[in-house]
Amino acid sequence: MSETKVVDARNTFCPGPLMELISFMKRADVGDQMELLSTDDGSANDVPQWIAKVGHEMISNEKIDDVWHIVVKKVK
Amino acid sequence: MSNKLSIVCVSGTLEKLQMASMVASVAAASGDDVTVFFSMNALQYFTKDNAELAAPEEGEFGQLIETEGVPAFRKLFEQAADLGDAKLLACSMALDLMKITPEDLTLEFGPATGLTAFLSDAEDGRLLSF
Repeated sequence: MSETKVVDARNTFCPGPLMELISFMKRADVGDQMELLSTDDGSANDVPQWIAKVGHEMISNEKIDDVWHIVVKKVK
Repeated sequence: MSNKLSIVCVSGTLEKLQMASMVASVAAASGDDVTVFFSMNALQYFTKDNAELAAPEEGEFGQLIETEGVPAFRKLFEQAADLGDAKLLACSMALDLMKITPEDLTLEFGPATGLTAFLSDAEDGRLLSF
């Protein structure tokens, strides 16, 4: 059972959160999951678009108390 | 076949360097084939001696870029190269006038490059300049 790694990109601005996500993806194995925390509204759209463009799986995307929690799984 | 994007950086101001680095990093990280060509006043920020040199602000937005949490342009260009395989190239004319070589540069710069090679490489894709 794989754990979900939490990457805290709160209080960083575009493209910080996206770059954090991509760094993780480069080092992760297929099947690994991460939860990206972000307070940047700009990234709230950008991150899902990147995930869709590159073809990974977005497990969930929720805003809780001004923080975006985006759970992504590396599928390739 | 991935999208080709070529970026020319000649301005030595913070806003332009920041924007160029944001475009390069996001495009490269999204799978585009990115090449950045540095010349004129942009090149000086990438020498080892100038690693901490701050770029002047053009206007009010420059102040906002200094806000904590905004990634520095040097870091974004580095991420473009590391995470997105972007090519960072220094203009051979600018290197000659500044009397330096690619060994004097930080980040992972490719060999000194002239316009003929750069323009030929940029032919099939989009080109932006800052």
